[in-house]
Amino acid sequence: MDIEQANTTAVSRMMEARPILKAVATARDVIPGMKDNLFLHAGPPIEWERMSGPLRGAIIGAMLFEGIAKSEAEANSMVERGEVEFDSCHHHGAVGPMAGVTSASMKVYVVENAEHGNKSFSNLNEGYGKVLRYGAYSDDVLKKLHWMNDVLGVALADALAASSGIDMRALMSEALHMGDEGHNRNKAGSLLYLKLISPLIAKTMKDGAVMSDVLQFIGDNALSVLNPVMAACKAMTDAAHGVEGSTIVTTMARNGTDFGIRVSGLGERQWFTAPAEIPVGLFFSGFSQADANPDIGDSAITETAGIGGFAMATAPAIVTFVGGTPKDAMNATLEMYEITFAESKYFTMPSLDFRGTPTGIDLRKVVELGIAPRINTGIAHKNAGVGQVGAGLVRPPLKIFEDALLAFAEKYNI
Amino acid sequence: MTVVKWEVRAGAYYDSVVLMQLQRGLLGLPGIVDAGVVMATPANRDLLAANDLLPEKITANPDDLLIVVKADDDTSATDAISKVDELLARRKSSSISQDFRPRSLSGAVKQLPEANWVLISVPGRYAADVAREALDLGKHVFLYSDNVSLDDEIALKKSAREKGLLVMGPDCGTAIINGVGLGFANRVRRGSIGVVGASGTGTQAVTAQIHNLGAGISHAIGTGGRDLKSDVGAITAHQALDALARDDETKVIVVISKPPSPDVAAQLMSAALFTSKPVVIYFIGYPPPARQIGNLHFAISLSEAAEIAVSQLSVSGKWLSANDQKGYLRGLFSGGTLAYETLLGLQASLSPIYSNAPITNYQNLKDPLHSKAHTIIDLGDEFFMVGRLHPMIDNDLRIRRMKQEAADAEVGMILFDVVLGEGSHMNPAEELIPVIKEIQSSRNDIEFVAMVIGTDEDPQDIESQVSQLVNAGVAVFRTAAEAVEYIGLRFSASRKNEFTSVDLDQLKQPLAAINVGLESFYDSIILQGAQAVHVDWRPPASGNERLAALLAKMKK
Repeated sequence: MDIEQANTTAVSRMMEARPILKAVATARDVIPGMKDNLFLHAGPPIEWERMSGPLRGAIIGAMLFEGIAKSEAEANSMVERGEVEFDSCHHHGAVGPMAGVTSASMKVYVVENAEHGNKSFSNLNEGYGKVLRYGAYSDDVLKKLHWMNDVLGVALADALAASSGIDMRALMSEALHMGDEGHNRNKAGSLLYLKLISPLIAKTMKDGAVMSDVLQFIGDNALSVLNPVMAACKAMTDAAHGVEGSTIVTTMARNGTDFGIRVSGLGERQWFTAPAEIPVGLFFSGFSQADANPDIGDSAITETAGIGGFAMATAPAIVTFVGGTPKDAMNATLEMYEITFAESKYFTMPSLDFRGTPTGIDLRKVVELGIAPRINTGIAHKNAGVGQVGAGLVRPPLKIFEDALLAFAEKYNI
Repeated sequence: MTVVKWEVRAGAYYDSVVLMQLQRGLLGLPGIVDAGVVMATPANRDLLAANDLLPEKITANPDDLLIVVKADDDTSATDAISKVDELLARRKSSSISQDFRPRSLSGAVKQLPEANWVLISVPGRYAADVAREALDLGKHVFLYSDNVSLDDEIALKKSAREKGLLVMGPDCGTAIINGVGLGFANRVRRGSIGVVGASGTGTQAVTAQIHNLGAGISHAIGTGGRDLKSDVGAITAHQALDALARDDETKVIVVISKPPSPDVAAQLMSAALFTSKPVVIYFIGYPPPARQIGNLHFAISLSEAAEIAVSQLSVSGKWLSANDQKGYLRGLFSGGTLAYETLLGLQASLSPIYSNAPITNYQNLKDPLHSKAHTIIDLGDEFFMVGRLHPMIDNDLRIRRMKQEAADAEVGMILFDVVLGEGSHMNPAEELIPVIKEIQSSRNDIEFVAMVIGTDEDPQDIESQVSQLVNAGVAVFRTAAEAVEYIGLRFSASRKNEFTSVDLDQLKQPLAAINVGLESFYDSIILQGAQAVHVDWRPPASGNERLAALLAKMKK
């Protein structure tokens, strides 16, 4: 078996994937295996008993949103009676930031990989403050979710239907040159998104006042583009999964309790997990490290695809996550070159003389050098519904990479 | 007529700065008249059209990269388009953060791609793996670590030799490459004396003394202490000698080693004879075969080695050119001490060599009646003397032995002594020459060499003895030293390297190094003004041996 060759194939598939944002549609209509009583969540699969506060809160919120429960108490007892099912977003081609909870009626972005044909999905971004993805489910939260589904979602669906789609790889490349790393900072990308989507919205929407609301919502939210970006990264990494003999990591995701990874040359549902660590970072006023929930969210898909924490060198505005100076940001990216198999052909960084971002985490290098991937992340409050309390840096436990290496050796008789 | 070719890369975003650089790169290619590289926005397409660079049939979106070249001919245009990826990938390393310490060798190479040397001083059990990786990356290795197994050393050096790379060490303490000292080294001026050193402190002593005598060093190439043992066969020393021989800046070469294996020493000296440069040899504790053989000078101390080297800078020597004598030498001596001195001299250049009067056990000829390989026989030894006259009086034994040797197809040269004086045979030439002629009539490929010891007052008439022998086609010498030098040069086979030569241009590039291990070596390189990257090395898989073993299997 030639691991180098297998990894070349896997990474090439990841880089050459061309994610096009094609549509916004209802989850039950497009996500494979979606059902009315199924709730997708971020990270590796987990049972209710072990879910953290924010994830439970988001699931309760989604049940209220779907109308299958009328109250928190009812939702809880339905769960306990086994009337709802849970599964990892990743088993359905989907990703979601933080809790990542996606239910049947929700509108989702549909990204299609024009190169290999696979599809990926992500819910819509709710913006900052009290939001479902951090486990909040107050009336305000649910009201906003309904508006997003019925007004924003429809506007986006119509707009995209009137176009040939948005080339996400081109958008991400350009955003990287504008100071985004594509995970924690998406200001430039969101504005590029607004630039591309607004003429389409103007073309398809009739009501000027509603259109104004929609454009303002997209423009005000510096994370608007995060969810399509995540779906794009998912389309890229899924294209790289399942290459026989490849040690490339194709998934890194957290559910608020466990950190999980998957590897290209190992099984589709073969997760390697260990307790998620608590991110270290900067906190909004009034919060501290003690409030932080263990790491949560599918957004590490960006690092898996070679941006986010791996592209820190290109995002000097958020250097505070990694120590404070542009040099620290540069070093963060240089460190990730140590554990990646290739450099991106398409995602380049001006600050490193347009060198490609570190792409394709190689299990072997992680274990050999003892360097775990860096992940830029938002920090959730450990109690459901409080929301985001900060942002910072986290690394997956090394043990899951070692476990994956042992499993790889066993599968391939090494 | 010009040809226009284009390529559309869907969804490939590049910054305009990169695209302008790419465009300039394309314009620099042969046969290219004009080039346009843009994101295919309407404004950019208008711009291309204005410059007559927009082919009519093109379909492209604003997110697509559009590459257009106009060339003299089809081939130039196609070639240029095919170079796009290469031009896009070209980037300098200069903008890379200087304080970043990579954990891996490959990471360090990306940071300092021009690095031509890797210094390794990690614990011995890991050192060979790091060295292997360095060789795979195409870098020369300075392997300071000790406790590297002999098998690893041999494997590393063989692999390096195939690639035209040097492995200095293991256990290599000292080197000076292009004026930059590696490991332990003195600050010496640059000059035209090259050093091949199997002894670290020996190399330091010689290079320092050369500096103190006013001369300087081109390169001092360490080999590690085991390089001149039989097992390793002086792989690095041969490569280093070859490199210094080809290096125009090196005028004189010094070779220093602790006692080498005799066979290895012989091969190395034979190679040195062909460098056509003065080579000063000091094998510590190893008897010098002579003061000088051709261009080889033998020193008896480190400081003398330095002195000879410096003195040779001003000598433009002409040396007896070496030849390619086939077969083995058989020396048939009547004088025991002459046999011994000849053996001492020849063991430097002939190998293996045996004798019934050996200097080392290794040379012991078990059966004095039958020679093997190169052999020096003392016919005056007690073994032959039972019931016989001494061969200085009676040539019978030697004559029979000459015939015996000549019957051996592997023999190419027969050496004998003619010791004149009181008590000796009155006309040895008269008895020996008919035998020589008889042998020559059937074996014209055997050369005869004689050393004639005597004076003009001896009763045998030395001039007549010499002229008889010369007339019979025998090469005659009056001292053992002269004969040894002649034979040494005759047997030095014409050398063609059986290995890939070290690239001299690369050796002459300003030294840039990657340091894996002792940080002080990194500091010292930086202090000397050379470029270096320090690797923050740790044992693979954090020292977990099971995982490390798995990883080793998963390397390729």
